[in-house]
Amino acid sequence: MHELGIANSVLDAARAEAQLRPSMRLTKIVVRVGDLAGIDPDALSFCFEALVKETDLEPVVLEIERRAQRHRCPRCGNEFVVINYDTTCRACGETMTTFLCGNELELAYLEMEDL
Amino acid sequence: MNRVPLERKVLSENDRIAAELRNRFAEHNILCLNLVSSPGAGKTALLERTLEVFPRDQHVAVLTGDIQTDNDAVRLARFGFPVRQITTGGTCHLDARMIEKALSDWRLEDFDLLFIENVGNLVCPASYDLGEAAKIVVLSVAEGEEKPLKYPAMFHRSELLILNKIDLLPYVPFNLARAHQNAQMVHPGIETIEVSCVTGEGLPEWQRWLENRREASRGSLVES
Repeated sequence: MHELGIANSVLDAARAEAQLRPSMRLTKIVVRVGDLAGIDPDALSFCFEALVKETDLEPVVLEIERRAQRHRCPRCGNEFVVINYDTTCRACGETMTTFLCGNELELAYLEMEDL
Repeated sequence: MNRVPLERKVLSENDRIAAELRNRFAEHNILCLNLVSSPGAGKTALLERTLEVFPRDQHVAVLTGDIQTDNDAVRLARFGFPVRQITTGGTCHLDARMIEKALSDWRLEDFDLLFIENVGNLVCPASYDLGEAAKIVVLSVAEGEEKPLKYPAMFHRSELLILNKIDLLPYVPFNLARAHQNAQMVHPGIETIEVSCVTGEGLPEWQRWLENRREASRGSLVES
Protein backbone atom coordinates (compact mmCIF):
# COMPACT_ATOMS: atom_id res chain seq x y z
CA MET A 1 0.00 0.00 0.00
CA HIS A 2 3.04 2.31 -0.09
CA GLU A 3 3.36 1.87 -3.86
CA LEU A 4 1.72 5.26 -4.42
CA GLY A 5 4.56 6.95 -2.51
CA ILE A 6 7.10 4.89 -4.43
CA ALA A 7 5.46 5.78 -7.77
CA ASN A 8 5.57 9.43 -6.74
CA SER A 9 9.30 9.23 -5.94
CA VAL A 10 9.91 7.59 -9.33
CA LEU A 11 8.01 10.35 -11.11
CA ASP A 12 9.74 13.15 -9.17
CA ALA A 13 13.17 11.79 -10.08
CA ALA A 14 12.20 11.27 -13.72
CA ARG A 15 10.66 14.72 -13.99
CA ALA A 16 13.77 16.37 -12.54
CA GLU A 17 15.91 14.49 -15.03
CA ALA A 18 13.61 15.34 -17.95
CA GLN A 19 13.71 19.05 -17.09
CA LEU A 20 17.47 19.01 -17.64
CA ARG A 21 16.77 18.04 -21.26
CA PRO A 22 14.10 20.45 -22.52
CA SER A 23 14.62 19.47 -26.16
CA MET A 24 13.54 15.91 -25.46
CA ARG A 25 10.40 14.08 -24.46
CA LEU A 26 10.35 11.39 -21.80
CA THR A 27 8.86 8.17 -23.17
CA LYS A 28 9.79 5.44 -20.72
CA ILE A 29 10.99 5.01 -17.12
CA VAL A 30 12.66 1.72 -16.23
CA VAL A 31 12.64 0.64 -12.60
CA ARG A 32 14.34 -2.41 -11.12
CA VAL A 33 12.40 -4.26 -8.41
CA GLY A 34 13.88 -7.20 -6.49
CA ASP A 35 11.76 -10.11 -5.28
CA LEU A 36 12.63 -9.05 -1.72
CA ALA A 37 11.91 -5.35 -2.19
CA GLY A 38 8.46 -5.67 -0.65
CA ILE A 39 6.92 -3.98 -3.68
CA ASP A 40 3.95 -5.30 -5.63
CA PRO A 41 4.76 -4.54 -9.30
CA ASP A 42 1.08 -4.48 -10.34
CA ALA A 43 0.22 -1.99 -7.61
CA LEU A 44 3.23 0.13 -8.59
CA SER A 45 2.12 0.19 -12.25
CA PHE A 46 -1.43 1.02 -11.26
CA CYS A 47 -0.35 3.93 -9.03
CA PHE A 48 2.06 5.18 -11.68
CA GLU A 49 -0.64 5.26 -14.34
CA ALA A 50 -3.00 7.09 -11.99
CA LEU A 51 -0.34 9.74 -11.23
CA VAL A 52 0.62 10.29 -14.88
CA LYS A 53 -2.92 10.50 -16.22
CA GLU A 54 -3.82 13.93 -17.59
CA THR A 55 -0.43 15.43 -16.76
CA ASP A 56 2.24 16.83 -19.06
CA LEU A 57 4.13 13.53 -18.75
CA GLU A 58 1.39 11.43 -20.34
CA PRO A 59 1.82 8.99 -22.14
CA VAL A 60 5.10 8.03 -20.43
CA VAL A 61 5.40 4.29 -19.77
CA LEU A 62 6.74 2.56 -16.67
CA GLU A 63 8.70 -0.63 -17.26
CA ILE A 64 9.50 -2.85 -14.31
CA GLU A 65 12.50 -5.16 -14.47
CA ARG A 66 12.17 -7.92 -11.90
CA ARG A 67 15.32 -9.07 -10.10
CA ALA A 68 15.44 -12.52 -8.55
CA GLN A 69 16.78 -13.13 -5.05
CA ARG A 70 20.20 -14.80 -5.26
CA HIS A 71 22.18 -16.55 -2.55
CA ARG A 72 25.63 -18.12 -2.35
CA CYS A 73 26.42 -21.30 -0.46
CA PRO A 74 29.48 -20.87 1.80
CA ARG A 75 30.04 -24.64 1.86
CA CYS A 76 30.03 -25.65 -1.81
CA GLY A 77 30.17 -22.24 -3.51
CA ASN A 78 26.92 -22.77 -5.41
CA GLU A 79 25.19 -19.54 -6.44
CA PHE A 80 21.48 -19.95 -6.95
CA VAL A 81 18.16 -18.19 -7.43
CA VAL A 82 15.96 -18.42 -4.36
CA ILE A 83 12.58 -19.89 -5.25
CA ASN A 84 9.62 -19.48 -2.90
CA TYR A 85 11.92 -17.86 -0.34
CA ASP A 86 13.66 -21.18 0.33
CA THR A 87 17.29 -20.20 0.92
CA THR A 88 18.58 -23.77 1.37
CA CYS A 89 21.38 -24.70 -1.07
CA ARG A 90 19.92 -27.08 -3.65
CA ALA A 91 23.33 -28.57 -4.40
CA CYS A 92 24.44 -29.61 -0.91
CA GLY A 93 21.58 -28.87 1.50
CA GLU A 94 23.40 -26.16 3.50
CA THR A 95 20.85 -23.89 5.21
CA MET A 96 23.12 -21.00 6.26
CA THR A 97 23.49 -19.45 2.81
CA THR A 98 24.50 -15.85 2.13
CA PHE A 99 22.28 -13.23 0.55
CA LEU A 100 23.72 -11.73 -2.64
CA CYS A 101 20.99 -9.60 -4.19
CA GLY A 102 17.25 -9.27 -4.70
CA ASN A 103 16.08 -6.35 -2.57
CA GLU A 104 16.68 -3.69 -5.22
CA LEU A 105 14.34 -0.77 -5.68
CA GLU A 106 16.21 1.29 -8.23
CA LEU A 107 15.72 3.74 -11.04
CA ALA A 108 17.60 2.04 -13.87
CA TYR A 109 17.27 4.43 -16.82
CA LEU A 110 14.99 6.71 -18.81
CA GLU A 111 14.20 6.59 -22.49
CA MET A 112 13.79 9.96 -24.21
CA GLU A 113 13.19 11.02 -27.78
CA ASP A 114 14.02 14.26 -29.58
CA LEU A 115 11.12 16.64 -29.96
CA MET B 1 15.75 7.17 -28.94
CA ASN B 2 18.12 8.17 -26.15
CA ARG B 3 18.79 6.20 -23.03
CA VAL B 4 19.57 8.23 -19.88
CA PRO B 5 21.14 6.00 -17.23
CA LEU B 6 20.14 6.84 -13.66
CA GLU B 7 21.25 3.84 -11.58
CA ARG B 8 20.16 5.10 -8.24
CA LYS B 9 17.78 4.06 -5.52
CA VAL B 10 14.17 5.13 -5.82
CA LEU B 11 14.17 6.13 -2.15
CA SER B 12 17.53 7.91 -2.32
CA GLU B 13 16.12 10.97 -0.53
CA ASN B 14 14.88 8.83 2.37
CA ASP B 15 18.19 6.97 2.44
CA ARG B 16 20.13 10.24 2.52
CA ILE B 17 18.23 11.43 5.61
CA ALA B 18 18.53 7.98 7.20
CA ALA B 19 22.31 8.06 6.70
CA GLU B 20 22.46 11.47 8.37
CA LEU B 21 20.43 10.14 11.31
CA ARG B 22 22.72 7.10 11.56
CA ASN B 23 25.74 9.42 11.74
CA ARG B 24 24.10 11.53 14.43
CA PHE B 25 23.22 8.42 16.45
CA ALA B 26 26.82 7.21 16.19
CA GLU B 27 28.14 10.62 17.18
CA HIS B 28 26.02 10.56 20.35
CA ASN B 29 26.59 6.85 21.11
CA ILE B 30 22.92 6.05 20.64
CA LEU B 31 21.73 2.54 19.83
CA CYS B 32 18.59 2.96 17.72
CA LEU B 33 16.25 -0.04 17.31
CA ASN B 34 13.30 -0.10 14.92
CA LEU B 35 10.45 -2.37 16.07
CA VAL B 36 8.23 -3.68 13.28
CA SER B 37 5.27 -6.07 13.22
CA SER B 38 1.71 -6.44 12.07
CA PRO B 39 -0.93 -4.53 14.09
CA GLY B 40 -1.53 -6.15 17.46
CA ALA B 41 1.55 -8.37 17.60
CA GLY B 42 2.65 -6.70 20.83
CA LYS B 43 5.28 -4.05 20.07
CA THR B 44 3.83 -1.65 22.64
CA ALA B 45 3.43 -4.40 25.26
CA LEU B 46 7.05 -5.47 24.73
CA LEU B 47 8.20 -1.87 25.17
CA GLU B 48 6.07 -1.52 28.31
CA ARG B 49 7.65 -4.62 29.82
CA THR B 50 11.08 -3.37 28.76
CA LEU B 51 10.72 0.15 30.14
CA GLU B 52 9.15 -0.91 33.43
CA VAL B 53 12.33 -2.68 34.56
CA PHE B 54 14.81 -0.08 33.31
CA PRO B 55 16.36 1.95 36.12
CA ARG B 56 15.13 5.53 35.87
CA ASP B 57 18.63 6.85 35.33
CA GLN B 58 18.85 5.01 32.00
CA HIS B 59 18.95 7.34 29.03
CA VAL B 60 16.19 5.79 26.99
CA ALA B 61 13.65 7.40 24.66
CA VAL B 62 10.83 6.13 22.46
CA LEU B 63 9.28 7.34 19.22
CA THR B 64 6.05 5.57 18.47
CA GLY B 65 4.29 5.73 15.13
CA ASP B 66 0.60 5.26 14.42
CA ILE B 67 -1.81 6.26 11.72
CA GLN B 68 -4.11 7.80 14.33
CA THR B 69 -4.35 8.31 18.13
CA ASP B 70 -1.70 8.90 20.78
CA ASN B 71 -2.80 5.78 22.65
CA ASP B 72 0.64 4.11 22.54
CA ALA B 73 2.51 7.22 23.66
CA VAL B 74 0.17 7.52 26.65
CA ARG B 75 0.78 3.87 27.53
CA LEU B 76 4.56 4.22 27.25
CA ALA B 77 4.91 7.62 28.94
CA ARG B 78 3.83 6.07 32.28
CA PHE B 79 7.39 4.84 32.87
CA GLY B 80 8.91 8.31 33.04
CA PHE B 81 11.11 8.15 29.93
CA PRO B 82 10.71 10.63 27.08
CA VAL B 83 8.13 9.35 24.59
CA ARG B 84 6.88 11.06 21.48
CA GLN B 85 3.99 9.99 19.28
CA ILE B 86 4.35 10.33 15.52
CA THR B 87 0.88 10.39 13.99
CA THR B 88 1.26 9.70 10.29
CA GLY B 89 -2.31 10.67 9.39
CA GLY B 90 -2.83 7.80 6.97
CA THR B 91 0.67 6.86 5.94
CA CYS B 92 1.28 3.16 6.54
CA HIS B 93 4.94 3.44 7.64
CA LEU B 94 7.43 5.80 9.22
CA ASP B 95 10.04 7.40 6.98
CA ALA B 96 13.37 8.99 7.84
CA ARG B 97 12.06 12.53 7.53
CA MET B 98 9.40 11.86 10.19
CA ILE B 99 12.11 10.64 12.56
CA GLU B 100 14.30 13.66 11.83
CA LYS B 101 11.38 15.98 12.53
CA ALA B 102 10.33 14.17 15.72
CA LEU B 103 13.87 14.40 17.09
CA SER B 104 14.42 18.01 16.09
CA ASP B 105 14.02 19.53 19.57
CA TRP B 106 15.42 16.62 21.58
CA ARG B 107 18.97 16.77 22.88
CA LEU B 108 20.51 13.58 21.50
CA GLU B 109 23.32 13.77 24.05
CA ASP B 110 20.69 12.93 26.69
CA PHE B 111 20.10 9.42 25.26
CA ASP B 112 21.98 6.24 24.58
CA LEU B 113 19.07 4.02 23.56
CA LEU B 114 16.25 4.99 21.20
CA PHE B 115 13.36 2.70 20.38
CA ILE B 116 11.29 3.43 17.30
CA GLU B 117 7.96 1.65 17.31
CA ASN B 118 6.89 1.57 13.67
CA VAL B 119 3.34 1.60 12.32
CA GLY B 120 1.82 -1.89 12.56
CA ASN B 121 2.37 -3.26 9.06
CA LEU B 122 4.55 -6.12 7.85
CA VAL B 123 4.99 -4.75 4.33
CA CYS B 124 5.75 -1.06 3.86
CA PRO B 125 8.07 -0.30 6.81
CA ALA B 126 10.55 -2.77 5.28
CA SER B 127 11.32 -0.31 2.47
CA TYR B 128 12.18 2.67 4.68
CA ASP B 129 15.52 2.94 6.42
CA LEU B 130 15.15 5.10 9.54
CA GLY B 131 18.84 5.21 10.43
CA GLU B 132 18.41 2.38 12.94
CA ALA B 133 21.17 -0.02 13.97
CA ALA B 134 18.76 -2.94 13.66
CA LYS B 135 15.18 -3.82 12.89
CA ILE B 136 13.45 -6.14 15.34
CA VAL B 137 10.40 -7.97 14.04
CA VAL B 138 7.71 -9.03 16.52
CA LEU B 139 5.46 -11.93 15.50
CA SER B 140 2.70 -13.17 17.79
CA VAL B 141 1.74 -16.83 17.77
CA ALA B 142 -1.89 -15.89 17.09
CA GLU B 143 -0.88 -14.72 13.61
CA GLY B 144 0.28 -18.08 12.26
CA GLU B 145 3.63 -19.66 11.57
CA GLU B 146 3.59 -18.92 7.83
CA LYS B 147 4.07 -15.15 8.28
CA PRO B 148 7.84 -15.12 7.57
CA LEU B 149 7.12 -16.69 4.17
CA LYS B 150 4.28 -14.29 3.42
CA TYR B 151 6.26 -11.18 4.39
CA PRO B 152 9.84 -12.21 3.61
CA ALA B 153 11.18 -8.69 3.05
CA MET B 154 10.53 -7.74 6.66
CA PHE B 155 11.98 -10.91 8.15
CA HIS B 156 14.95 -10.73 5.80
CA ARG B 157 15.82 -7.23 7.01
CA SER B 158 15.35 -7.88 10.73
CA GLU B 159 18.23 -8.85 12.98
CA LEU B 160 16.05 -10.34 15.69
CA LEU B 161 12.68 -12.09 15.73
CA ILE B 162 10.62 -11.82 18.90
CA LEU B 163 8.01 -14.60 18.95
CA ASN B 164 5.45 -13.05 21.25
CA LYS B 165 2.36 -14.27 23.13
CA ILE B 166 3.75 -17.76 23.70
CA ASP B 167 1.36 -18.00 26.67
CA LEU B 168 -1.33 -18.51 23.99
CA LEU B 169 0.36 -21.59 22.49
CA PRO B 170 -2.02 -24.05 24.19
CA TYR B 171 -5.01 -22.24 22.68
CA VAL B 172 -4.03 -21.48 19.09
CA PRO B 173 -2.98 -23.79 16.28
CA PHE B 174 0.59 -22.56 15.89
CA ASN B 175 3.48 -24.79 14.87
CA LEU B 176 6.42 -23.36 16.79
CA ALA B 177 9.06 -25.53 15.08
CA ARG B 178 7.68 -24.59 11.67
CA ALA B 179 7.72 -20.89 12.61
CA HIS B 180 11.43 -21.12 13.45
CA GLN B 181 12.06 -23.08 10.26
CA ASN B 182 10.22 -20.50 8.13
CA ALA B 183 12.09 -17.60 9.73
CA GLN B 184 15.44 -19.34 9.14
CA MET B 185 14.44 -20.07 5.56
CA VAL B 186 13.89 -16.41 4.64
CA HIS B 187 16.72 -15.17 6.86
CA PRO B 188 19.38 -17.80 7.60
CA GLY B 189 20.83 -17.17 11.04
CA ILE B 190 18.15 -14.75 12.30
CA GLU B 191 18.21 -14.64 16.10
CA THR B 192 14.94 -15.59 17.78
CA ILE B 193 13.59 -15.11 21.30
CA GLU B 194 10.27 -16.55 22.47
CA VAL B 195 8.51 -14.27 24.93
CA SER B 196 5.23 -13.68 26.69
CA CYS B 197 4.59 -10.12 27.79
CA VAL B 198 1.79 -11.49 30.00
CA THR B 199 3.68 -14.14 32.00
CA GLY B 200 7.11 -12.57 31.57
CA GLU B 201 8.58 -15.76 30.09
CA GLY B 202 11.54 -15.02 27.83
CA LEU B 203 11.81 -11.39 28.88
CA PRO B 204 15.13 -11.91 30.75
CA GLU B 205 16.55 -13.36 27.53
CA TRP B 206 15.32 -10.28 25.60
CA GLN B 207 16.88 -8.00 28.23
CA ARG B 208 20.18 -9.87 27.90
CA TRP B 209 20.02 -9.51 24.10
CA LEU B 210 19.40 -5.80 24.51
CA GLU B 211 22.27 -5.42 26.97
CA ASN B 212 24.63 -7.34 24.68
CA ARG B 213 23.55 -5.23 21.72
CA ARG B 214 24.22 -2.06 23.71
CA GLU B 215 27.63 -3.41 24.74
CA ALA B 216 28.43 -4.33 21.15
CA SER B 217 27.35 -0.92 19.98
CA ARG B 218 29.55 0.81 22.56
CA GLY B 219 32.40 -1.57 21.68
CA SER B 220 32.21 -0.81 17.99
CA LEU B 221 32.26 2.89 18.78
CA VAL B 222 35.39 2.51 20.87
CA GLU B 223 37.06 0.47 18.11
CA SER B 224 36.16 2.97 15.42
